Amino acid sequence: MLPVYATNKILKNTKVYKNIFIMTVSGNYDIIPGQFFMVRSWGIELLLSRPLSVFDAGCGYVSFLYEIRGRGTKILSGMKAGDSISMLGPLGNGFDLSNIKGRAAMVAGGIGLTPMLYTAKKMVGCEVDLYAGFREDVYIVDKFKEYVDNIYLATDSGKAGHKGFITDIFDPKKYSVVLCCGPWTMMEKVIKKCIKCDVPIFISMERRMACGVGACLGCTCKTKNGNKRVCKDGPVFNGRDVIIG
Amino acid sequence: MMEVEICNVKFKNPVIAASGTFGFGREYNEIFDVSKLGGIVSKGLTLNKREGNRGIRIFETRSGVMNSVGLQNPGIDEFIKYELPFMLKLDTVAIANLGGESIDEYIKGAQMLDNTRVQFIELNISCPNVKHGGMAFGIKSKVAYEVVSKVRGVVKKPLIVKLSPNAENIADVAEKCCEAGADAISLVNTFKAMAIDIKKRKPVFENVTAGLSGPAIKPIALRMVYEVASAVDVPVIGMGGIANYKDAIEFIMAGASAVQVGTANFIKPDICISLIDGIRNFMETEGIKDLEEIRGIIRG
Repeated sequence: MLPVYATNKILKNTKVYKNIFIMTVSGNYDIIPGQFFMVRSWGIELLLSRPLSVFDAGCGYVSFLYEIRGRGTKILSGMKAGDSISMLGPLGNGFDLSNIKGRAAMVAGGIGLTPMLYTAKKMVGCEVDLYAGFREDVYIVDKFKEYVDNIYLATDSGKAGHKGFITDIFDPKKYSVVLCCGPWTMMEKVIKKCIKCDVPIFISMERRMACGVGACLGCTCKTKNGNKRVCKDGPVFNGRDVIIG
Repeated sequence: MMEVEICNVKFKNPVIAASGTFGFGREYNEIFDVSKLGGIVSKGLTLNKREGNRGIRIFETRSGVMNSVGLQNPGIDEFIKYELPFMLKLDTVAIANLGGESIDEYIKGAQMLDNTRVQFIELNISCPNVKHGGMAFGIKSKVAYEVVSKVRGVVKKPLIVKLSPNAENIADVAEKCCEAGADAISLVNTFKAMAIDIKKRKPVFENVTAGLSGPAIKPIALRMVYEVASAVDVPVIGMGGIANYKDAIEFIMAGASAVQVGTANFIKPDICISLIDGIRNFMETEGIKDLEEIRGIIRG
């Protein structure tokens, strides 16, 4: 669907881990997994809206999993059920599910899990394994159990799963396609592994954004096919095309 | 009456989307009917395609945004082939913003645009984000005079010159641009500014400096529009941090014939429509029949 600017009501805004929250908002949207919204609940003192990836959506609601990174997300974290929030979206291309068949792996680092839940939900007929890496503790992964076949974990702290990086234990060989979202250093490793094994890889990119609709060119990334706008041509890209993260 | 006339071109209202914040209108047209705007200024164009700057391009500041996009654009050829036809199909005034690295480049670009159906050329002598691109021409009056007169020599279309607030003396630059043949003046482009990442101990932007826009600059921009409108006889298009109808009215009262809205488009995609409605309501409430009644009114 074409993006719309609307003011919606917050249904729930709960903390799931230290500085990680899930905000559920009212609204009926036809969303492609991997799309995002530009969200704001402030005047002009913070000029820009914040791009938040869709975590989940359904009849009458859409939810966002987000981490407090700065002033905007801090304000969002303080919002209560019943408060109003302005949203522009859905935006971006999302994952092209027609390209995603067979046995799929999702590889995510920390808050990079965000676009994966709704995507997993929509990958009907695929066998999906989730690989999730965290710094300290594992969070939100429980929500995936219903939609994925296997979950593999890694933590820097060693508190759960493999002690180290998720990329240490991820091998793309047995998969027909890989979806990845997380810090660039992690995605770069996953892309390299996939190229080596000749496995298709789609990544979801993150960038500072201003307009969110493809007009200002503030969020471009370099690809083999020239500059691309993360907000409009992405945020999902073929991992083989992206040159600089 | 909301309608304004600049260089014999009718604008259905005085609210124009500013260059660099609105692409070529295509994306925003998916969200609202951009034909309701008075006009649309294209993304800054250069003779040849430009990839733009590396590194962080957008950085938020208090009530403002810094950008260092670096005139990424498809080049004038591509613009004429693929973007301009879309702009011309819209029921709004189409303005092509032209930047350049050399006078020669400005001239060639201007010649190409002059042969199209675009209604205005806005000569950008004020982009702070490319090394030789634009702003260097807008700092000193003498240099500004030279580029404007050379472009004027090859262009029949109405020529707007977009000024930099970083000019040594903006009113003087404006006067010289008019002497050189500018049909209208628009101002201000972004302020040269900087930010430092204290953890990395480095500037946020690869170019070190970037252009500051948004409500933070509005009072300074307004003062500059006032000074320029007092100094020149041609129409002045005011911009700089305009985010609501009151800001727009202030610029008109300072002497602007029309206003451009840039950064505020990021607050709400159809904010220009709120401005147009706000201006209309203000006129009704205040019993203003024509914006001409209040244009430059503070100058007495």
